[in-house]
Amino acid sequence: MKFFRYLFIGTIFGITLAKAEVISWFRIYEMFKFQSFHMYGVIGSAVVVGIIVIQLIKRNKLKSIDGERIIIAPKQFSWARYLIGGSIFGLGWAMTGACPGPMFILLGNGVGVILVVIASAVLGTYVYGKIRHKLPH
Amino acid sequence: MSQILDWISQPWPWYVAGPLIAAVMFSMLFFGKSFGLSSNLRTMCSILGAGKSCDFFDFNWRDQMWNLVFAAGLVLGGLISYLYLGNDQAAHISEATIAELKAFGIENPGKDVVPKEIFNWESLLTIKGIIFIVVGGFLVGFGTRYAGGCTSGHAISGLSDLQPASLLAVVGFFIGGLIMTYFILPYLLVL
Repeated sequence: MKFFRYLFIGTIFGITLAKAEVISWFRIYEMFKFQSFHMYGVIGSAVVVGIIVIQLIKRNKLKSIDGERIIIAPKQFSWARYLIGGSIFGLGWAMTGACPGPMFILLGNGVGVILVVIASAVLGTYVYGKIRHKLPH
Repeated sequence: MSQILDWISQPWPWYVAGPLIAAVMFSMLFFGKSFGLSSNLRTMCSILGAGKSCDFFDFNWRDQMWNLVFAAGLVLGGLISYLYLGNDQAAHISEATIAELKAFGIENPGKDVVPKEIFNWESLLTIKGIIFIVVGGFLVGFGTRYAGGCTSGHAISGLSDLQPASLLAVVGFFIGGLIMTYFILPYLLVL
């Protein structure tokens, strides 16, 4: 079935973040305290390789498996949306030590109570959806 | 074979993890999709029927099935890692971090993947637990949709595409994270 590819890639991603300690609450605390290079190394090297990959994709006009040009959806610039939204996310990230990806991985890693964190995050998303018209974007 | 398994069961260094993450992003792009976990939260709202009362969630969630399957893969990856790739969930954090967190009352900082004192089911009966688990999760879910992405979408994909919006989002992530870590956690951790 066609979805198997996403399950496979997701599994690789899950294993990678689990083994590299990216899902650790403690690593996130350490990151925000600048007490180790580790997390900056992970994100930094991912971005460095990512930049090279995207540049190669663009210059060679590479296509995806369905024959379309590969693009990353451009995001319209806005001060309010990214600074405010980002900060709110950051507050939560430092509290839970997990962003959405690691939340799912932690579930598989045996932290059952993360289900409540995920449920809460879904609720947070829902509330955003309901009040977004009142927020600066 | 067992040698390979032993080697994989060691903690992975950043220079292995980072490029692998970029490879994951590339794979998703190759298959015509995007690399971003937070939209799954929006899809879950839609599955739960939020689209009936809110246009933001009014879309065919089945179009996003690929991302839900991807998220299921993350769960599976976490499980495989836990069961087969080394029982040591410890994070090898710095001595400074360990000392600091001990002072905040965390018994074995870094020994488990999360501070078990805070992240457990019984904790939900305490104010401290509700703050970390429920409020924390809520802020992540609210903030990530407001910012239109999380670490995978902005910090990895957006920055790789050199998008200024994503750089600003990452700046925002850090502003929030630093404020919480430096000014608020010291009070929350000792509740």
